[in-house]
Amino acid sequence: MSAQPNEKVQVIASGDRTILPEGTRMIPVYIMGKKYLLPETLTIQKAIEYAGYQFIRACGCRGGICGACPTVWRVKGDYQLHFGLACQTVIEEEMVLAQLPFFPANKAVYDLEQLQATGEAIASLYPEVMKCVGCNTCTRACPMDIDVMEYINAAMRGDVARTARVSFDCIQCGLCSARCPAQIAHYHVAQLCRRLYGRYVLPRAEHLASRVDEIQAGKYDGFLEELTRMDEDQLRKLYVEREVEPLDSEGWEPGDKRYL
Amino acid sequence: MGYTPEMKELIKRVEATRAERVERTRRGEYFPAMTLDERAEVLGRFHPDYKEAGRRAVKVGPNKGDVYPEEFVEQLEAYPRIHPDRVDFGALPTSETDVLVIGGGGAGSSAALRAAENGCRVVLATKLRHGDANTVMAEGGIQGADQEVDSPYFHYLDVIGGGHFTNRPELVAALTHDAPLVMSWLESLGMMFDKEPDGRMRVRHGGGTSRKRMHSAGDMTGSEIMRVLRDEVRNRPDAIEVMEFSAAVELLKDAQGRACGALLYNLETEAYFVVRARAVVLATGGFGRLHVQGFATTNHYGATADGLVLGYRAGVSLDFMHSTQYHPTGAAFPEQNVGLLITEKVRGLGANLVNIDGEQFVFEREPRDVESAAIIRECVERARGVTTPVGRLGVWLDSPMIEELEGPGTVERELPAKFVQFMRYGIDIRKEPMLVYPTLHYQNGGLKITADAETSVPGLFAAGEVTGGVHGENRLMGNSLLDITVFGRRAGTNAAAYAQNLEDGPGEPALDHVRAFIADLEAGGVGRDRISPMLIPDYTTPEVRQRQLTAHYLGTLR
Ligand SMILES: Cc1cc2nc3c(=O)[nH]c(=O)nc-3n(C[C@H](O)[C@H](O)[C@H](O)COP(=O)(O)OP(=O)(O)OC[C@H]3O[C@@H](n4cnc5c(N)ncnc54)[C@H](O)[C@@H]3O)c2cc1C
Ligand code: SF4
Ligand code: SF4
Repeated sequence: MSAQPNEKVQVIASGDRTILPEGTRMIPVYIMGKKYLLPETLTIQKAIEYAGYQFIRACGCRGGICGACPTVWRVKGDYQLHFGLACQTVIEEEMVLAQLPFFPANKAVYDLEQLQATGEAIASLYPEVMKCVGCNTCTRACPMDIDVMEYINAAMRGDVARTARVSFDCIQCGLCSARCPAQIAHYHVAQLCRRLYGRYVLPRAEHLASRVDEIQAGKYDGFLEELTRMDEDQLRKLYVEREVEPLDSEGWEPGDKRYL
Repeated sequence: MGYTPEMKELIKRVEATRAERVERTRRGEYFPAMTLDERAEVLGRFHPDYKEAGRRAVKVGPNKGDVYPEEFVEQLEAYPRIHPDRVDFGALPTSETDVLVIGGGGAGSSAALRAAENGCRVVLATKLRHGDANTVMAEGGIQGADQEVDSPYFHYLDVIGGGHFTNRPELVAALTHDAPLVMSWLESLGMMFDKEPDGRMRVRHGGGTSRKRMHSAGDMTGSEIMRVLRDEVRNRPDAIEVMEFSAAVELLKDAQGRACGALLYNLETEAYFVVRARAVVLATGGFGRLHVQGFATTNHYGATADGLVLGYRAGVSLDFMHSTQYHPTGAAFPEQNVGLLITEKVRGLGANLVNIDGEQFVFEREPRDVESAAIIRECVERARGVTTPVGRLGVWLDSPMIEELEGPGTVERELPAKFVQFMRYGIDIRKEPMLVYPTLHYQNGGLKITADAETSVPGLFAAGEVTGGVHGENRLMGNSLLDITVFGRRAGTNAAAYAQNLEDGPGEPALDHVRAFIADLEAGGVGRDRISPMLIPDYTTPEVRQRQLTAHYLGTLR
């Protein structure tokens, strides 16, 4: 391990541009069929940049949560198709890859207030879910390891809650929908169910509703007004003296209730 | 894959001190917290915000003379992508709307929804896909005082204390006042908040909170907010038109100086076009991708300060742009993870920060700025950091302590994403520590706004990370997701009212403010080669760039 950053490092030690250790091995990777020699251990995303591309599509958060960079690949000589996110997958020797930054999928337009959390809502907006043939291809394509077929099956049964919970990690990358022989737009179905679940199945937060009433009645306007007029010393004093709710606060009540 | 043999050797020193550190933690003995004076000292000497090197005064515009990070000044002191003389409003394709919202993150989507609900036609123009934004990356949570033991009053004190009492009071009042309203709005839109069986919100403490008010949706709070808002925007195709890969490169003003639209750029066809509007909302987010002082960042690909540049050229001054948030624990190894956020939760679960010798050097729950400065000091001044094979520096975050303290299974249960993200590179964070270094995380400052989300330019509103003042010099976790929804909604509502009350409509669009800005740049002797807004960062290697003999770069964009 070099203790001193060498000159090369100082030139390119900028943010996200990868700095390669001495002697990094270069491996053949085929970007849409075209061969490049790229440093092993890079993610697909950084490897493509290393090759000389500048992303417009297929690059968003660069942290595995936005769903912009779904990628499919095979390794030469192996029939199996693989799926993953370019920002989260390390390149392999002889990988032949293509990115799928967009895949058409119909989103139903709806008014949440006019719906109920039932199978009918799903069936009327996305009748194609009923055509699932149970092949499980969607699940195998999911880079988030979601049991996609399971949530589609739950949607077929009208089990909004299960679809919502099983699909919770969905980043809406579209790989499942690109693969489905029944032409289902899984992630839109899942989104509908999650919103139905959040709106109608999870009980409403009563304390929040009361607080909203209090705020709308102007209960805190005076307190806030008073705070905005205070000078730093007054604020500092209040800040330092404010009671802190303990970590384990079961049954805890503050001594000073004047401002609650 | 995994740590190099040299690094593995060094890890033995961490292991050597671990048992004793675990014992101390069990006894509730922590590394002593700094006094206020010690904090001031380490901040002054090591926090990038306080160091003179790498910062300089801006020569032009409303904040002339103010000192900012060099990388940011270079965006301000730069020529437009397209000279106003080359823009022929008669020839460019033009559409019209009531409210133009620029930026499709949480703030922009909230604004678009509120403007539409108030009867306006809306165009939401965004640079990448709708939702490719910092919003989607937020994991931790969103604050709001809805519990009985809490109130906006205490939330206010926490926000302003956390911001070192520098925040704009009226903005803090708006933020804390609206917080429960926003929670309720998101709940009614069907957001899957973490709740108790009876519907009560599950809340936790966050750094600097006096009451538990951190609300969450698993460890995907920002993603869940973004998914719901985006879906709702798309449920209103008659009112809201979404234009993706359409970056705003200039604001338009009429002869009376009112904002009246934007000049936009189709990133794919490279064609320019115009959207004229009665009111404009800027919601373009932050600037992490400027990689201030070479720091890695947690931010998304499009966080390049565009809105700041546009607003500044249009005459809006900046507030608090001298202040930047570095998250103390960004990954420093492996190279593929560099910059990635390692949540505070790792320290919350008991992991120590230790130097190359396995010694603790800082209390794990100092404020973010202090913690970051202490890590930099350990590496730079005391030379007790670990150098990675490519020459980056870092200290150890001793994650294996977690399961010793909290029992087996804790890491996978509490930190599933981080576990996988390191496992991929052959690092098992249950057994091996993580190497960390501060990472550029959040732009504390931004365009100056009022509590109604107005800027100094009539008809121009701004909301979210692109604005400054809400958080003063330091933001607490969970108040940014709140900021973007509170001020995004206010911007949308007020822009709609403004648009509807505009009697004769805005006049002909012009770019005279840009011409004037160019004259200032020339007078200031700014070199012609500097172009902004950046739009997209450039990660091409210098070697490839040398070989791109006929490639044309305008700024960073090829
Ligand atoms: C990794 C991470 C974790 C975080 N965790 C938390 C947390 O737990 N709690 C919390 O409260 N906050 C958190 N934050 C901060 C918070 O997520 C952001 O500050 C906030 O979401 C910003 O929202 P925004 O709408 O202002 O900007 P963004 O969400 O970034 O949206 C800006 C949008 O504008 C677009 N845009 C940019 N330039 C242009 C242009 N020229 N023309 C058109 N469109 C443009 C972008 O593409 C983007 O879509 C976190 C941030 C990060 C990066
Ligand atoms: S469920 Fe489908 S859209 Fe969602 S993450 Fe998995 S593959 Fe992508
Ligand atoms: S891919 Fe389509 S048809 Fe096959 S299991 Fe999934 S949803 Fe059903």
